[in-house]
Amino acid sequence: MLAAFPQAAPLAGLGGGVLIGLAAAVMLLGSGRIAGVSGIFARATGVASSSLPRLAAWAFVLGLPLGALVVMAVNGPIAAHFLSLPWIAVAGLVVGVGTRLGSGCTSGHGVCGLSRLSPRSMVATLTFMATGIATVAIVNAFN
Amino acid sequence: MPQKLTSEALVALVSGVLFGAGLALGGMTDPARVRGFLDLFGDWDPTLAFVMGGAVLVMAIAWLIQPRMIHPLFSEAFTLPGVRDITPRLVIGAGLFGIGWGLAGLCPGPGIAALVIEPASAAVFVVTMLIGMVLVRLFEKDA
Repeated sequence: MLAAFPQAAPLAGLGGGVLIGLAAAVMLLGSGRIAGVSGIFARATGVASSSLPRLAAWAFVLGLPLGALVVMAVNGPIAAHFLSLPWIAVAGLVVGVGTRLGSGCTSGHGVCGLSRLSPRSMVATLTFMATGIATVAIVNAFN
Repeated sequence: MPQKLTSEALVALVSGVLFGAGLALGGMTDPARVRGFLDLFGDWDPTLAFVMGGAVLVMAIAWLIQPRMIHPLFSEAFTLPGVRDITPRLVIGAGLFGIGWGLAGLCPGPGIAALVIEPASAAVFVVTMLIGMVLVRLFEKDA
């Protein structure tokens, strides 16, 4: 079925997805909260307040690169193709504004909200998927 | 350090490490793969769908367990989003987030995890994302 998409990595993707689901489950059942990265990052940096202790917010944020290091230690180097810094800076700004206004990102709305069948998260996920697809289509049209 | 704070921080750390490992394993720390998924009308890479599917599946099980628990394992109460309104703010925010996501192929989780993969690029993303979040906060204070 995936022969048409030689660049796809379905097994690694599924494995990664299961780990992300476990991470969100640990946060929900262990701490009673949503594992939304943008919200927890905002809490850690003091942009937003929440009931999550600030130390715990930092522990989660620092855990993200630690987890990537574990994968690098086991699997070797990780491929990464980044755009030039000015584009990344523009994108970062827009992501920062958007996640605050939209109360979440791919993790909070996409993983935690969709699996909870939250109508808000479904609308948010459909919206950012649509604008993401449109953005890539427009950028590629000019390249 | 109080025992409750320690256990909440540990839960958050475990969740963060699992999350970061899942992102790295699933290829989400490679912006080219994320942009490949959003390139629906071009050279489509379906990997992200497997990541999302795996994560949502596992998290859906956690949402089935959650109502059967009196309180989370390591804290006193569940603190979950209760808002249900679909507001213009939600749609505009999610729409903006999707534009940034498509532009750079980065969302908050992978951006932070990639600090150990492509430090300079990821740092620019994380810092500009923080600036975007602070901007929203400043505007809201004026409103």
